[in-house]
Amino acid sequence: MLVAPVFLLLIFFLVLPIAVMAAYTFFTFVTAGVETSALTSANWHEFFTDSYYSGFLVKTLRVGAITAVLCGVLGYFPAYFIWATTFKHKWLLLLLLIVPFWISFTIRTFSWINILGEQGVINVALLKLGIINEPLPMLYNEGAVILGMLHFLLPYMILNVYVSLESIDRTLIAAARSMGCTGAQAFREVTLPLSLPGLAAGLLLCFVLAAGSYVTPQLLGSGRDALFGNLIYDTIMGELNWPMGATLSIVLFVVLGFFAAVYTRYMGMSQIVKGLGG
Amino acid sequence: MPDSQELSQPPRPATAGALSPGEEKPAVEFRDIDIAYGKFVAVRDFSLSIAKGSFVTLLGPSGCGKTTILRSIAGLVDISDGQIMIGGRRVDDVPIYKRNIGLVFQSYALFPHKNVFDNVAFGLKYRNVPKPEIVRRVGQALEMVRLPGSEKKLPSQLSGGQQQRIALARAIVFEPQVLLLDEPLSALDANMREEMRVEIKKIQKETGITAIFVTHDQEEALSMSDRIVVMNAGAVEQIGTPQEVYDTPATAFVANFLGKANMLAGTVSRSGQAVVLATGQTINVACPRPLADGSKVTVVVRPQKLSVGAAAGANRLSGRVVSASYLGGSAIYEIDIGGQTNIRANAPISGRVLREGEAIDLGFDPEGCVLLDEDGQRIS
Repeated sequence: MLVAPVFLLLIFFLVLPIAVMAAYTFFTFVTAGVETSALTSANWHEFFTDSYYSGFLVKTLRVGAITAVLCGVLGYFPAYFIWATTFKHKWLLLLLLIVPFWISFTIRTFSWINILGEQGVINVALLKLGIINEPLPMLYNEGAVILGMLHFLLPYMILNVYVSLESIDRTLIAAARSMGCTGAQAFREVTLPLSLPGLAAGLLLCFVLAAGSYVTPQLLGSGRDALFGNLIYDTIMGELNWPMGATLSIVLFVVLGFFAAVYTRYMGMSQIVKGLGG
Repeated sequence: MPDSQELSQPPRPATAGALSPGEEKPAVEFRDIDIAYGKFVAVRDFSLSIAKGSFVTLLGPSGCGKTTILRSIAGLVDISDGQIMIGGRRVDDVPIYKRNIGLVFQSYALFPHKNVFDNVAFGLKYRNVPKPEIVRRVGQALEMVRLPGSEKKLPSQLSGGQQQRIALARAIVFEPQVLLLDEPLSALDANMREEMRVEIKKIQKETGITAIFVTHDQEEALSMSDRIVVMNAGAVEQIGTPQEVYDTPATAFVANFLGKANMLAGTVSRSGQAVVLATGQTINVACPRPLADGSKVTVVVRPQKLSVGAAAGANRLSGRVVSASYLGGSAIYEIDIGGQTNIRANAPISGRVLREGEAIDLGFDPEGCVLLDEDGQRIS
């Protein structure tokens, strides 16, 4: 009985909207802003035959994967530092991680224009110092998009890794050290493997969020750097082609959902290995 | 005297574990170590010498510094002053991973992501032991803790007792100079605890390894140790064999901490041959030296040293049973001997168990008690 409200909530907020979207994929597009409920497979046919779409999808997954891996590499160190430090006020360090969330994500993304742009801090400084003669083209390319997403996603990665580090029983490290491990060896034998579940969860989260993003590529990328999310946006808001937009949305939903499902299954295995840490 | 190794006799470090002159170097030796965490001094002026192959227990309430001392041997805690020697070698500057010490933790501390074989083989791997030799010695160690064939299992597939056995195997497999046991039985349930107690002791004897055991459980300390170091508030109260610390407690703390003790306040008369109790009765005591009449003392008598009823001979006191618990072979009586003092007696049953309110006689041999002075120190 108690699950009934949750069930209703899930149906209302999750199943129903997606079902409506799924239904839309079979509607007929007439002209911008107009569609009929005459059922057709034309949208799906177009998606599967036009390599334009699959190209976008592959590129989106690639950018998402690169971003996630970079987040993992760059995020592990701060997480490890916060965990290992003997600094008394750890909460302050964790708070610093959350501080960026107090500022609107869009504004934070815009700030990169002031840093990387032709009139941005870096270019102006380098020009003034005479190191370069022309502004470096740092903005409106894939690198800028990835950088922007890194900026937005790193706290998620750091928190994920930190939480899994925090769950490690520190006597395990003492045990490894007493049996002959140097600090670095104990890290490799104990700390790293036991923090992998957090790293893995962070990778998945960052991948899904990056692959599903559209604000960052919109603001920091050029047309060529648009991701699948931008494609959906353009299809729906620009072309007013709702049936095709719904089709692309469902595609992204299914693809990312597939990755998440496969991944969680694999992670589930590693959770067993993680077992009882203490 | 059994207490000739007491700390009150500087500067020679107290010896725990029979160590006669001319014998080889002690396995572990502490020389006046202090350990402080910031301003808090956890251990003060601790000296102890532990003979090779002995089983020494650091016993005390939580926060007495016993675990801190154990951790200092391993190098997990830095000492602020003094010296620690392992096998005659000073180790203050030796990093933890070079100290060659086996550690068993209360929480087992098995690597959850490694199977039993990899856990036990861990220390050997870092000592560059060749693979076939590792396999052989891991097998041997598992045999010793009676878990042969469990190599492929993960720690999470084992019970608490089995995990602790694996932890023990892991700590002894590389033949460390010292085995440190940090409350290894506390996380186990009661019957498992007793079994492990016997097992640990047996393995220690078989391997001849020097073991230092930390516990707050007096029963564990009494049943397992060659020597017990009773600690309180960062300092040693008494060092001795289990029987010495139990029968002749050096301080009021030791008397109270190790088992139950009757502490009877009184004043000295007949130059220390008798004590007038607060309740008015006079009892004869065996005092090793003359005492000034009228000085205040505490007579310590263990419940087991008391005889009741017809068996009560010397120092016969009359009282009334406050409570009686029947234990099968013996009974424990709480006896009121003067309106305010309750005495606890644990005596074999002759005839029937007396009930609450019945009159009872009790007595004890003058040799069976210990006298403490006003500061709670044993008079010797």
